Amino acid sequence: MKRLKTILFLLAAAPALAFAAGATIHLDKAPVNLADQESLQRGARTFVNYCLNCHSAASMRYSRMQDLGLTEEQIKDNLLFAAEKPGEPMKVGMSKSDGKAWFGATPPDLSVISRSRGADWLYTYLRSFYRDDSRATGWNNTVFDKVGMPHVMWSLQGEMVPVFKKDGEHEVIDRLELAKPGSMTLAEYDATVGDLVNFLVWMGEPAQLQRKQLGIIVLVFLSIFFVVAYYLKKEFWKDIH
Amino acid sequence: MSALQKMMGWIDDRFPLTATYKAHLSEYYAPKNFNFWYFFGSLALLVLVLQIVTGIFLTMNYKPDAELAFASVEYIMRDVDWGWLIRYMHSTGASMFFVVVYLHMFRGLMYGSYRKPRELIWIFGVLIYLALMAEAFLGYLLPWGQMSYWGAQVIVNLFAAVPFIGEDLSIWIRGDFVIGDATLNRFFAFHVIALPLVLIALVAVHLVALHEVGSNNPDGIEIKKHKDPETHIPLDGIPFHPYYTVKDIVGVIVFLMVFSAIVFFAPEMGGYFLEANNFVPADPLKTPQHIAPLWYFTPFYAILRAVPPLFGSQFPGVVAMGMSIVVMFFLPWLDRGKVKSIRYRGPIYKIMLALFIVSFVGLGYLGLLPSTPVATLVAQVFSVIYFLFFLLMPWYTSIDKTKPEPERVTG
Repeated sequence: MKRLKTILFLLAAAPALAFAAGATIHLDKAPVNLADQESLQRGARTFVNYCLNCHSAASMRYSRMQDLGLTEEQIKDNLLFAAEKPGEPMKVGMSKSDGKAWFGATPPDLSVISRSRGADWLYTYLRSFYRDDSRATGWNNTVFDKVGMPHVMWSLQGEMVPVFKKDGEHEVIDRLELAKPGSMTLAEYDATVGDLVNFLVWMGEPAQLQRKQLGIIVLVFLSIFFVVAYYLKKEFWKDIH
Repeated sequence: MSALQKMMGWIDDRFPLTATYKAHLSEYYAPKNFNFWYFFGSLALLVLVLQIVTGIFLTMNYKPDAELAFASVEYIMRDVDWGWLIRYMHSTGASMFFVVVYLHMFRGLMYGSYRKPRELIWIFGVLIYLALMAEAFLGYLLPWGQMSYWGAQVIVNLFAAVPFIGEDLSIWIRGDFVIGDATLNRFFAFHVIALPLVLIALVAVHLVALHEVGSNNPDGIEIKKHKDPETHIPLDGIPFHPYYTVKDIVGVIVFLMVFSAIVFFAPEMGGYFLEANNFVPADPLKTPQHIAPLWYFTPFYAILRAVPPLFGSQFPGVVAMGMSIVVMFFLPWLDRGKVKSIRYRGPIYKIMLALFIVSFVGLGYLGLLPSTPVATLVAQVFSVIYFLFFLLMPWYTSIDKTKPEPERVTG
């Protein structure tokens, strides 16, 4: 309950004024932790179950998820719905033109979505869907107004409805409130989205953990090399005045 | 005679290997008082080599095709062994090239390295800078992201502002009515062959000219005025090799530490080296809200935007932007100072140089922002200072109270 209150508070803190005016939107901090393999695995599961039906991640191969501590067998048995072999890229059956016809815009490929949108945007966006009967899908989003995407994970989060407040002459959304609970509590849903965003961040650049590890080795090597080079220079220059 | 000496003799009878080695390394006498600012010339050469080597390996997997380009970059990032490292070295190298070159140029301004007899070195240098800008601009289209696409669109449209022939000129450059596959292919050709050849040739003549007249130094005096009567070696000169080779290694390592810190820990550099919007594939139907060029072009972009349109044409801004670079060529003849180095210059030059640097950096900052009336006004003030630094130079350098130069270099 306390968690719920903080979440509602955070949502309330999102400056309603800002998105009404199309200015900057308050984004919640995404709990990204790439060292947490279990979180990444849970995120992968959510991703293939909920996202990878309309959105592709064509630069990403299923087999790369071995980096998340999964075996090829585990990937095959649990995550491979839309492909035959783990070496295949994460493509979807839906054509671009169908996507455009059905949603108004082709669902974007998600391979590098975390790099263009940022983790905090994704984390906030996926938690900001609300009921809006004026939209064809029945859903709208406080982060992405009139978005073509429906609330795919509504069965988990439940249905949120907007609470309006007066801002001068306009009615603006003050915060979102849970109208019909889903299969998860809001806190559980936040954690699920957190894992999913964590996975999306990893997928944006699967080499990033290796990159940072290698970076430390390179910097240590250069530091040692620096000492050697510095004294070499000193030795050569000792008789230059 | 040892076998090695024999072999060297055989080669030297046919190719001036020993003579070249002596002329450019072991008996090239550089002033002994180079300071921190003198690292950036050799570092620029290092980055050039890095860009060429990483570029060759990128070319092996990159596809210059509007349908495939974006995905091929991600393929390099994921499926090519060490592809991510090569790509980040190349993208970081592009920005670091400008960092190093800007510091190198600033050194030249401070110590009067462009003054007689080094006018041609400076001119070749400005040409290198121009070629580098073209190279960076062409290369930035290749990842085929939204910023690649719309950045190129904006820049090519500048040519469309030229009166009468502009429209045809911009179509001729693009090879299409919009930036498209034809544009990508020709930009790729220019980026990997044409401009690198020009760059290498210009760097070669820059160095040949430098080694002909000898390096300037922080005192701005000629070390060749005082030679040893017997050996004819400048008294304040030391052989480039081994003294400056061992010294430059230290500079190279420090540079590589900064470079690696970026490549391994912050390759996007907060969006300044790799922009977030460039991770969205190019979409000719969706114009981004805010298009800004990469940071190294923004001073000139700010000048472009600072000039108000004339009869609805952006041409005056384009001319101003062009002039802001052309004016650099005249620097050796605009400077009438009695001394070269800032160490012996009077207060006026120091103030003008400081104002110039503030304006240049300020323009760079403003060029990143969406334009607002206040920002435009500030950019106009900075642009005027930018040009006055050059145009008033004959006047303020000749009336400036300079200090006497020393006879010999000081530490």
